[in-house]
Amino acid sequence: MEILNVSYDPTRELYRRINPAFAAQLAGAGDIDAAVRMSHGGSGAQARSVIDGLDADVVTLALAHDIDAIAAAGRLAKNWQSRLPENSSPYTSTIVFLVRTGNPKKIRDWEDLVRPGVQVITPNPKTSGGARWNFLAAYAAGLDKAGGNDAQARAFMKRLFQNVPVLDTGARGATLTFTRRGIGDVLLAWENEAFLAMQEHTKGGFEIVIPPASILAEPPVAVVDQVVERRGTRKVAQAYVEFLYTPEGQEICARNFYRPRSKAVAEAFGKVFPKLALFTIEERFGGWTRAHDTYFADGAIFDQVYQPGG
Amino acid sequence: MTAAGVPARRSDGALARRLLIGLAVAVAFILLGLPLAIVIVEAFARGAWTYLAALTDQDTLDAIRLTLLVALCSVVVTTVFGVAAAWCIARFEFRGRSLLLTVIDLPFSVSPVIAGLVQVLLFGRRGWLGPFLEAHDIRIVFALPGIVLATVFVTLPFVARELIPLMQEQGAEEEEAALSLGASGWQTFLRVTLPNIRFALLTGVLLANARAMGEFGAVSVVSGHIRGATNTMPLQVEILFNDYQIEAAFAVASVLAMLALVTLGLKLALERKSDTHTHEERPT
Repeated sequence: MEILNVSYDPTRELYRRINPAFAAQLAGAGDIDAAVRMSHGGSGAQARSVIDGLDADVVTLALAHDIDAIAAAGRLAKNWQSRLPENSSPYTSTIVFLVRTGNPKKIRDWEDLVRPGVQVITPNPKTSGGARWNFLAAYAAGLDKAGGNDAQARAFMKRLFQNVPVLDTGARGATLTFTRRGIGDVLLAWENEAFLAMQEHTKGGFEIVIPPASILAEPPVAVVDQVVERRGTRKVAQAYVEFLYTPEGQEICARNFYRPRSKAVAEAFGKVFPKLALFTIEERFGGWTRAHDTYFADGAIFDQVYQPGG
Repeated sequence: MTAAGVPARRSDGALARRLLIGLAVAVAFILLGLPLAIVIVEAFARGAWTYLAALTDQDTLDAIRLTLLVALCSVVVTTVFGVAAAWCIARFEFRGRSLLLTVIDLPFSVSPVIAGLVQVLLFGRRGWLGPFLEAHDIRIVFALPGIVLATVFVTLPFVARELIPLMQEQGAEEEEAALSLGASGWQTFLRVTLPNIRFALLTGVLLANARAMGEFGAVSVVSGHIRGATNTMPLQVEILFNDYQIEAAFAVASVLAMLALVTLGLKLALERKSDTHTHEERPT
C-alpha cells in the first residue's frame, strides 16, 4: 500500500529518514507493506494543491492555518487539530539567525535587523510558512521594544523590510540565496533549516545566532479524511502520524534538528537545542486565524509595511 | 577618388563583417556554449561514480521514464493535430481559418504557467469539471493525464507551424492529379502528401519533442511534485538542487541537455538529407 505525504519545504531530509523507519516498524509488526511518497513545496502552495485535488493521505505543513484552509474546503474535519496530541504538532521549531562566520555585522537580537546597512534574507510570507513565523517573531520583538505600541511595531517592521533585498517563495530558496548566492548578512530561518545549512556546508562560512527570545513554531500534521476514506488508507495514514510521536519517531525528529515533544528525547538531545524564551502564537497573537487576518490577508499589515524595491 | 573609395569601403565591410561574426560567435559561446559546458563539468565534479549513482537513483529513473512517456504522448497528439490543422489551412478557404491560425500560435504567446493554471481551473477538484471527474473517479491534474495535457498545450504549434508554409508553397496540384487518377483520399495522403512533407514533419516532431522534454512551468503547476510519481526531469533537477544534491541536479540536467543535443543533431542530419534530396529531384 502506498500513501502520500504532502509536506512543506524544509522537511525533505526529516521525512527521508522517517519514512523507511515507519515502513520497517509496520513490517516488523507483521502488518501490511507500506511505502510513503513525498511531495514538498511552499506550505501555502502545497495546501492549495491539496484543495485543488492533490490526493494527500497525510499533510504535514508549516502552520495550522494552511491545514485550516484544507478543512474549510471540506477535505478533512474542522476539528483536525484536536485529534492528535500537542495541537497535532509532533515536533516544534523556532526562528533563529544564520550569519556569516565571525558575525561581522554583530547581529545578536531582533533590533539589530533594522540597523541601516544590515541586509536581511527572509522568504515571502504570502507563499512561505516559515516566512510567516519569521514575520511574527520579529513583530513580537518590535512590540516588546515599543512597550506594546502597535504603530511603533509597524514602523519597526517597515525598517526591517527596507533591509530585505529579495523575497524568495520558500524557506529553502531563501537559504540557498543566503548560502550559495552569498546575498545578505543574516538569514531568518527555521532552527532546523539553519542547523541543516551548517551541516551541508562542512567548509564553514556560517554560524547560528540564537536571539534572546523567539516564537515557538508548531508545524502540524493531519490525516486527510476525504482521501483516506476513498482510498481505504486510513489505518496506515493514522499509524504514520502516530509514529511521529513514538520514541523512535521523536528521536529521528531530534536528529534532524526538530525539537521533540517527548521530554525524555528532549533531555537526551538537550545540548543540541539552545535554551531561549519561547512564546506561542496563541499567547501573543491569539492563534493563526486572527494572525492571518491581521497580518497576512490582502491589504493587511504585511502589505502595508512591505514595499517592493523600497 | 571613387576608385580609391571602393576598396576602402570594401575593407570596412570586411572588418564590420568580421566584427559581427565575432560578436555573434562570442554571444553564442557565452550564452549557449558556456552554460552547457558548466552543466557537464558540475555534473562530473565529484567523479563519474557519483554521476552514475545520481542517475540510477530510483526517483531520478522514474523522472526519466515519465519524461519520455509524456514526450511520446504529447508528440503523437501534436503530430496528428499539426498535420490535420496544416492540411485544413493550406488546402481550404473557410470561415474561421485565420482564427485557427491565431489559435495555433496561442501557446507561443501565453505563459506556460497560465496553461497549467487553466488545467487546474478546468479539471481541479474545485474546477468546472471537478465534480464530474470526482464522481467518476477520474484523475487529471496531479497525475499523468494533466502533465500530458499541459505539455500538449506548449508543443501544439511546432508541427503545424513547420508544415503550413511548406504545404502552401507546394500547392494542391499533385494531390488533385492523384485524385483525378482515381486514388482515394487516404491513398493520396499516404502516397502523395506525406512523402512531400516528410522532412518538415520530422523537423516539427523533433522540435516538439525537445520542447516536451524540457517543459517546466506548465508541468510544475499540474504535477503535484510527488516524488517518483509525477516529477519530470526538469522538476527533478529543481528538487535535487533544493535538496542540497547539487551534483545530482547537474547530472540530471546533463542528461536533459544531451537529449536536446541529440535532437538537434538529428534535425541537422535531416536538413542535410532533405537538401540533397531536393537537389536530386529538382536539379537547378
